[in-house]
Amino acid sequence: MAIAVAKHPVENRRRRTRRLPYLLIAPAALLMLAFIAYPMISVLYYSLQDYNVTKPWRNGFAGMSNFTRIFTDDPQFWHSLNFSVRWVVVEIALQLLIGLALALLVNQTFVGRGLSRALVFSPWAVSGVLTTTIWMLLYNPSTGMTRYLADAGIGSYGHSLLSDPHTVFWAAVLAELWRGVPFFAILLLADLQSIPGDLYEAASVDGAGRLRQLFHITLPHLKDAIVLSTLLRAVWEFNNVDLLYTLTGGGPAGQTTTLPLYVANTGLDGHDFGYASALTTVAFVILLFFSVLYLRLSKFGGDRA
Amino acid sequence: MTAALVEEGALVPVAAVPGTRRGRRRGRGPADGPPRWQIYLPLGLYLLFTLVPFYWMLLFAVRPDGSTSLVPWPATGAHFDKVWNDRSFGTFFQNSMLVGVATLILTTVVALSGGYALARFRFKGRTAFLIALLCSQFVPGALMLVPLFQIFRHLQLINSLWSVVISETVFQLPLSVILLSGFIRGIPEALEEAAWVDGCTRLRAFFAVVLPMLRPGLVAVGSFAFVHSWNHFLFALMFLSEQDKQTIPVGLNTLIGADSVDLGALAAGGVIAAVPVVIVFAFIQKWLITGFSAGAVKG
Repeated sequence: MAIAVAKHPVENRRRRTRRLPYLLIAPAALLMLAFIAYPMISVLYYSLQDYNVTKPWRNGFAGMSNFTRIFTDDPQFWHSLNFSVRWVVVEIALQLLIGLALALLVNQTFVGRGLSRALVFSPWAVSGVLTTTIWMLLYNPSTGMTRYLADAGIGSYGHSLLSDPHTVFWAAVLAELWRGVPFFAILLLADLQSIPGDLYEAASVDGAGRLRQLFHITLPHLKDAIVLSTLLRAVWEFNNVDLLYTLTGGGPAGQTTTLPLYVANTGLDGHDFGYASALTTVAFVILLFFSVLYLRLSKFGGDRA
Repeated sequence: MTAALVEEGALVPVAAVPGTRRGRRRGRGPADGPPRWQIYLPLGLYLLFTLVPFYWMLLFAVRPDGSTSLVPWPATGAHFDKVWNDRSFGTFFQNSMLVGVATLILTTVVALSGGYALARFRFKGRTAFLIALLCSQFVPGALMLVPLFQIFRHLQLINSLWSVVISETVFQLPLSVILLSGFIRGIPEALEEAAWVDGCTRLRAFFAVVLPMLRPGLVAVGSFAFVHSWNHFLFALMFLSEQDKQTIPVGLNTLIGADSVDLGALAAGGVIAAVPVVIVFAFIQKWLITGFSAGAVKG
């Protein structure tokens, strides 16, 4: 080998490289096949089965009956889907708006910029369960923020924001917002920094004000980053269950149950794997459909294509 | 469309940031900035929103039971002592560390190899592999719980930390591969070829030339894998039922779900959960905005 290398170093390597890339991607590909692709196929398989550990005598091929049941005879499905959509839309809209404002803000030059960036972005690293921990302390009716606000004459004593059906949605939204905004701020800031400063200088010379610069230079430049980040974040918000599972447990009275939470409850607590698999399939198809639709409608990467 | 997106490298340029420094100097925004108060006022308000919750947790963690003081003084270590010893957070911490470090190593090594293949070779199935990586972003981990549980039961890995390490690694891989391949593409291939001409094998050239230049990317991918597995909750909750195998988020969830929540202990547990990620965050936050932003996409 060493001799061959000495003769035609670069040429030799080129020839041996035919199998190398496959060897290199093998570990990643095998892991994903075994633990992503195979589970997905098994979900598809079970979605056509009656499979319930607690009622084994009924197990067997079910045809489309699981799917018929979802669409015709399951109010909880529609309820949780409806909540999921509302949750994702509200969260993404607010996170994007505030995140964008924040990114524009910390992109300015000012004293203390480095430190403010670090502090403002810090909830990004915080987990869903830790977010719940923190906001449960804040929302606690007897020792939380609400009590001190009541001391100051705002709101009433002993009011629990998380068990009141009128406030639980916004209480959860606020907690998730706290953790979610930094994601957009970080991503958009990264993209803001790739806008050449000369563009703004030229615009200034032409007499364009700051607002016009925002709408004619900054936002068009950010478009692809905004589309991509909102899409990925929306999928993530749709799928993520940590926060709601621990903060509200889907309650009060199933009010804040998202679709994945409903699936997890059906499969793991109810042991109805067949039906849970059918729900999973439906959720996945819905996600995929809206993602493709969103990319089409927003003409993502249009300038390049 | 997805293929086009990948081929054009729409995802990648954020990751591959040659000339970061120049980019930073150029990109200061409008030459005539807004008045100072228009920066400091909204920023101050938002900082309040960000920091008060952290402060609240710290306050509850060190405040003696029954106190209503809003300053963390006099402080007590009683809550920490309680969660660390009586509520097994010492054990949970150790488990979380093991999972975090194992996930970090496994993810980085596997992603490095896959990322190198994507960056340096054109091969049949390359696009298919890329599309698979992207599509896996849409696969919800929460919805894969049931089949994954069955697989791990088959492999007799339930109640083994490996079940969590493997699941975390698998869901962390796609983005890590894309991110690292972006970084590797930013390193000129000519440097490697020069090393081959000098008689290095491809492997030695990789270690001598590519790896040292890849440090920012490795830090990004590695710390991202660590933070994610440290934070993740569902896999550990479902695959580890023995008390002495559980991780910090599961321990927190137990405290949250207790019939009468011990707020002091909960807050102290929260602080323990926060410390490692805060340290990692402080360490990487400068990279976050440049090289790391593509990774942040995952949340």
